[in-house]
Amino acid sequence: MKIFLDKINFLKNKTIQIRKELLQMIFNAKTGHTGGSLSSVDILVALYYEMMKIDPKNPKWKSRDRFVLSKGHSVEGYYTILADLGFFPKDELNNYCKFNSRLIGHPSVKIPGVEMNTGALGHGLSVAVGMALAGKMDKKDYKVYVLMGDGELAEGSIWEGAMAAGHYKLDNLIGIIDRNHLQISGNTENVMSLENLKEKWRAFGWTVLTVDGNNIEELVKIFRKIPVEKDKPHVIIARTVKGKGIPFIENDAKWHHKVPNEEQLKEALELLDSQLSMNKRS
Amino acid sequence: MFTDTLLELARDDSDIIAITSDARGSVTLGDFATQLPQQFVETGIAEQNEVSIAAGLAACGKKPFVCAPASFLSARSLEQIKIDVAYANTNVKIIGVSGGVSYGPLGSSHHSLHDIAVMRAIPGISVILPCDIHQTRKMTKALVDYVGPVYIRMGRNAVADVYTKNDAPFAIGKANTIMEGKDITIVGTGETVKIAFEAGILLKGKDISARIIDMHTIKPLDKEVIIKAAKETGHIITIEEHSIYGGLGGAVSEQIVQNCPVSMRIIGIPDEPAITGTSPEIFKHYGLTADNIVNIAVKMLD
Repeated sequence: MKIFLDKINFLKNKTIQIRKELLQMIFNAKTGHTGGSLSSVDILVALYYEMMKIDPKNPKWKSRDRFVLSKGHSVEGYYTILADLGFFPKDELNNYCKFNSRLIGHPSVKIPGVEMNTGALGHGLSVAVGMALAGKMDKKDYKVYVLMGDGELAEGSIWEGAMAAGHYKLDNLIGIIDRNHLQISGNTENVMSLENLKEKWRAFGWTVLTVDGNNIEELVKIFRKIPVEKDKPHVIIARTVKGKGIPFIENDAKWHHKVPNEEQLKEALELLDSQLSMNKRS
Repeated sequence: MFTDTLLELARDDSDIIAITSDARGSVTLGDFATQLPQQFVETGIAEQNEVSIAAGLAACGKKPFVCAPASFLSARSLEQIKIDVAYANTNVKIIGVSGGVSYGPLGSSHHSLHDIAVMRAIPGISVILPCDIHQTRKMTKALVDYVGPVYIRMGRNAVADVYTKNDAPFAIGKANTIMEGKDITIVGTGETVKIAFEAGILLKGKDISARIIDMHTIKPLDKEVIIKAAKETGHIITIEEHSIYGGLGGAVSEQIVQNCPVSMRIIGIPDEPAITGTSPEIFKHYGLTADNIVNIAVKMLD
């Protein structure tokens, strides 16, 4: 039990560290998808530091678990984590969005650790289906994780992928939806309503789970629970808060791609530092 | 012929995967599906899905061949081709069948007269139109060995031989000069190569020496052979089963205008939904014929 709690504490600290670094990155570059990167940090940390079988020294290891960032704009946390794990040198993060950098606003396979060029929205799930099919063909037991945005679910191609995953019973495929209820133009239910989301995925042949997507302990528990049903792909609807971690950024559609100014960055970093000290004490 | 060859090669290479969108009949993958089911993926009528799935398979070391009508692959799933295949440089072959006006009276929804134009402008993907059964066979073998994105467009009707079984030179990016000549050059691609060749024979009868080029690979274009033809013959006619805008004619003009401007004519389908008819009727109506090439050539040389 203690080992588990220590692990969770480590992961909690990691989520705070990543939030600090991604905000700094966005500030330095003067561009970034702040809200959606913050909402997905906990999911990415749970996957990359706990669940996934990967080797930063061997990014093309044939039996590795795969992760596809279908909501390709949420790169800042993703890049920070890849660098932190050693896929590429950490100081390269200073080049984010700078002239001729390979670290651009949407992931590309030029970056070690990145599995697919995403950003066009709606492609990632089908790509993950292809990867899962390859795993079945090769009789390998790697898992394929794909993180989608909720606004992204208006793309019809997502549902093509969902249909195929159900049809092919891809039980090595795990979808996660960053359900933060916001997109550029506002609340998802006002822009193009998605509910009832659970029923939709169930109807496409998926096992549907839900979780507090900003609670690292709950995330680890739910990932470990899978598979809950046999011969079915799983989707986790992760209830998240856009901008999670910084109260003045939370739940505000404006922060989809707003950049913090110097004062806001300072305030955010201080907030995160105090969370870090609280963590150490508990 | 394409799918026969693919099946043959796939028997010895379990990484070759054929994918289709409810088109196994029209792309003749039926045998492949029954004989190598573990190397066959069906997506139903979902072109975007099938291209992304192919990219995912390729990212895991497979050699996917997406086979479906060119009209749909080059339009419905263009973004997936642009990003998941070309931009991500995944080893996916996009095989557009029943291209051009092969579907005849089914109309524009099923025609692909824009595909060369659109694929040319996407960085990172080659574009090939094979002209007959023998070239198709050679091309298929080359494609399996070639690592990188390629868009292929083929017809559905039987076509007359340009080459023979034992003599069908094929190298990606290297045009074949199938008739030497010095008075004028005619460049064809895909099903128009045979027509260009026939025109060459008719022109011989009028004492006009025509150079006939099979430009199977539109991208990367064999620029050398075009510029050489411009310099040495001084007149160029291109003929394609494609819009007059942006296709083979466009590609050739870009080279001619910038390197060696000479008189040029582009034969293709004009900017309108093709007239109702079978493929041969449509060709005849718009002058994709040997006779029309001859008339144009004679006028150019006058």
